[in-house]
Amino acid sequence: MTAVATALKATPTDTSLAIATHGLTRRFGQHVAVNAVDLAVPRGAVYGFLGPNGSGKTTTIRLLLGLMAPHAGTVELLGGAMPAAGGDVLSRVGTLVEGPAFHPYLTGNDNLRRLDAYDASTDPSTSAARIGSALERVGLSAAAKKTYRRYSLGMKQRLGLAAALLRPRDLLILDEPTNGLDPQGTREVRTLIRELAADGTTVLVSSHLLAEIEQVASHVGIMSAGKLLRQGQLDQVLGVAAALLRIETPDVDRALDVLAQLGLRVENHTADHLLVAMGDRTPDVINAALVRADVAVRGLHVERPLLEDLFVKLTGEGFDVVR
Amino acid sequence: MSSAEMVAELHAPVPSMPRVRYHGVFVRQFVSETAIIFRRRRNIAILAVLGAVPIFIGVAVKISAPRGGEGPAFIGQITSNGLFLAFAALTLCLPVFLPVAVAVVAGDAVAGEANTGTLRYLLTVPVSRTRLLLVKTAGVVAFIIAAIGLVTVIGVVLGVSLFGTHGMTLLSGDTVSVSNGLLRAVGVAAYVFVDLLGLAGIALFFSTLTEVPVGAMAATVVLAIIFTVLDAVPQLAGIRGILLTHHWLDFASLLRTQVNTSQLWHGMLVPLSYFAIFTAAAWSRISTADVTS
Repeated sequence: MTAVATALKATPTDTSLAIATHGLTRRFGQHVAVNAVDLAVPRGAVYGFLGPNGSGKTTTIRLLLGLMAPHAGTVELLGGAMPAAGGDVLSRVGTLVEGPAFHPYLTGNDNLRRLDAYDASTDPSTSAARIGSALERVGLSAAAKKTYRRYSLGMKQRLGLAAALLRPRDLLILDEPTNGLDPQGTREVRTLIRELAADGTTVLVSSHLLAEIEQVASHVGIMSAGKLLRQGQLDQVLGVAAALLRIETPDVDRALDVLAQLGLRVENHTADHLLVAMGDRTPDVINAALVRADVAVRGLHVERPLLEDLFVKLTGEGFDVVR
Repeated sequence: MSSAEMVAELHAPVPSMPRVRYHGVFVRQFVSETAIIFRRRRNIAILAVLGAVPIFIGVAVKISAPRGGEGPAFIGQITSNGLFLAFAALTLCLPVFLPVAVAVVAGDAVAGEANTGTLRYLLTVPVSRTRLLLVKTAGVVAFIIAAIGLVTVIGVVLGVSLFGTHGMTLLSGDTVSVSNGLLRAVGVAAYVFVDLLGLAGIALFFSTLTEVPVGAMAATVVLAIIFTVLDAVPQLAGIRGILLTHHWLDFASLLRTQVNTSQLWHGMLVPLSYFAIFTAAAWSRISTADVTS
């Protein structure tokens, strides 16, 4: 019994989560930038952290890392309560927060050497090798000896990623990692994230590039106006907006009758096709019912809801910053 | 497996790299900090200007020796003891050049990192905020020592080689041994160092208040000027004792045969108090501030 008690006492936290916040709140004057956010990022997940500009993503990330103090709520990072545990856990967390930032008059290599010199958890004798491989991993070896001020936006971004990879990490928190990168660079970052995730690193990646996130994320969280509106596995979150079946047929009227008998809701129809919310039916069942009723089915298409559609539905259509 | 074991396993730390802390981390951090200070062109230029001061004075005095008592303090003594070139140079640098040098480097210490955004990356390395202030303070101290050391060493070497020591004549007219004379030079440099430490504390504090390094630098210089102005107002004689700059030039006592040690200790107590108070304020600020840059 004592063993159980000790074990429970020693780690009262949910160890299956790499990041857990409870009621995280941060105000700036009257404005609530982060409003009671309960973030849950499982270990091993690639968590897409989405939200329009000004929705509170970056403030949340700053709160996670202990750069800011919350007005209410708690943060647990890799099982440690922040900011108290920062000295222990942050060395296992690679970060890219609100874009890269380095000394402009130092070379890329020297900038990384500086960061590594400050890290108490790294072996100075392996510093050069680790810096070399981090630079190589982001494709920046050729520009290692150039001063940072001469870097292009994409090179700066790559150096920021290299800094996050200076030592093995358990968690990467990447704020807009593909910002300023060309299409090749964007692909490389996507591949990099997949590789790191395959090695067991948990990745939280914030972005407004929804197509990007959709390709790499296992989980998503959607922020708007300081609130976390949805979070969970990508499939489940998308499932909230039910999949549609597009039926191409010349016999629209007869099809409408059949679908009505099946109790399915028709979202939209024209002279040659219908869009039906499938509910819990599968396309083959619907097709069989149509064919039995002599409806000529020319084509069937399952239209998966896009993350973008869900995002717009949740966070609003407009181009304006929410507040 | 018993339930206790299962719970224990459930709560076992997720496998990760062993947590090792390497020794000599402060040294690594300090070396990195001084490298960034002394490689920066602006700071090299400041040191070059400071180093030029004793050279200019030395050359000028060699070309045309001032008559006794003419010109700023100690200049008249240079021809009778070359060591005084260092003291004359320090005295000349103390009102403006050295305070500006300290204000620039110490004002930049934290505000400069906040300005480039590198502060957030240093803190997430992680470096504790207390440690960061400690390393930054150590870097500033190293720069002040280098600046004063440069002026003193160039002054001593150039002064002695141009003018000789004439048996190491002091202000009081007595002569002392060469080693005694050099010891006094070290003492003067140390006194000037303590003088500037007070200003460094103020600049470090200002540096934690802003993301604009020039703001911290300017505020420090303005404050130094305010101290000097207040010191010159006769009606404020009562508060002179607590003005940072009031005792700055009291090192002259070291250049007489009979050193007034109590005056020296008192003169050092004021800047040391400023240093203690303002670095404590800087620590209080940096350990609680939100990093939004």
